[in-house]
Amino acid sequence: MASAGAEQRKVIIRTAIILGAITAFEFVVAFTWRGVTESVGLQIETGRAMKDALFIILTLFKASYIVGVFMHLKDEVRRLMWTILVPFIFIVWLIIALIWEGGNWGKQTPKSTSIEHIEHLPAQQMPINVHRYGA
Amino acid sequence: MANVAVDKRALIEGERPIFNASYGKLMMWFFLVSDAFTFSAFLITYGALRFRATSMGISWANPEEVFTHAPILHELFHIEAPLVFVGLMTFILILSSVTMVLAVEAGHRRSKKEVSKWVFWTMIGGITFLSCQAYEWYHFIHGTEGGARLVEVSAMQDIPLPGIDATKQDKVKVFPVWSTKEENSESEIVGLRLSNGRLITDERVPAIWASGTPTTGGANLHVNEYGPPAFADLFFFVTGFHGSHVFSGVVLLLILLINVNKGTYERRGHYEMVEKIGLYWHFVDLVWVFVFTFFYLI
Repeated sequence: MASAGAEQRKVIIRTAIILGAITAFEFVVAFTWRGVTESVGLQIETGRAMKDALFIILTLFKASYIVGVFMHLKDEVRRLMWTILVPFIFIVWLIIALIWEGGNWGKQTPKSTSIEHIEHLPAQQMPINVHRYGA
Repeated sequence: MANVAVDKRALIEGERPIFNASYGKLMMWFFLVSDAFTFSAFLITYGALRFRATSMGISWANPEEVFTHAPILHELFHIEAPLVFVGLMTFILILSSVTMVLAVEAGHRRSKKEVSKWVFWTMIGGITFLSCQAYEWYHFIHGTEGGARLVEVSAMQDIPLPGIDATKQDKVKVFPVWSTKEENSESEIVGLRLSNGRLITDERVPAIWASGTPTTGGANLHVNEYGPPAFADLFFFVTGFHGSHVFSGVVLLLILLINVNKGTYERRGHYEMVEKIGLYWHFVDLVWVFVFTFFYLI
């Protein structure tokens, strides 16, 4: 009984270290990514998309550890596991649907004549960012 | 989980439980699934509005420029530390999740002393996280020293503002975009961002800026110094909803701690309540992992 508990505690500590390490890695990436993309010669847009993809993958990785180990879902019987996980297929659908929609809402807004003098700058090219990153 | 006492009468199909989990645990899972749907809806709304803004040419807020305050560093040394504090908050919540799962493990061994200890530390972690959030909200609402100006649109028919109907006596807050990081003697205003998210960078900037009346900066549900109002709205709703979950969790942990120390679960013969509240606490941590990524990193 006691040895089984020790084994479980080892798994917990290992998972905690993995979660902490991933978070620390994400943190480092958030600050160094722009410099790295520039030195490699990638376009800022491409680099940003790659960074976002990396963050999403790491987040799902962390989530699977929390749900699987901390919440013990992988120790439950399979049908309970699937009963909990399968409904999230609707969330996947909602993400695809609304991100797609959101990207098109702006295009449908009629342009009034009074907004001619607005610069249509993407967020990355705002002057304040130019200074911040020295780009 | 074989050594957890299960009330078979409460299980579906009696002797052959299809989920092999107690009624309470099963219902906690179902609640968490529905709660996850709510949080998903919040975060997807954030994504949809952000993509909408981008497709309209409206610049979204950059979290690295919004969340730059960290205690001590800000007050004593006036150092900007982007995302450092929120990183710390993430570590605190992950740590409290670890102490929670250690409490659950101790519960399996029915070690009252250890359960009590770990539940206590989890509660401390939760309270620390809430305090950090209060600090962050304070600085987000208070705003930076660049300030904001209120422009009375009705008096400026000659300079139309995008998205503002001049005939309706609308007022709009205008936020300066400085050429340097902060307002100082060398910096000049290179652009104006209206509180509806639009950005102006042409020769009308000085005239609009001069016509405004100084007022406070910061963010609330109507105006937002850092970007489109939707960013502030969702910041308040998402982190607020998450924070209220953390608060509920702390209350549940307090009740748990009292019951553990009173010996309630010792008498009951099992510590399954620790597992159920543990599920809830891990879920709160899980949500924060997603909020951290989509609100602060991306």
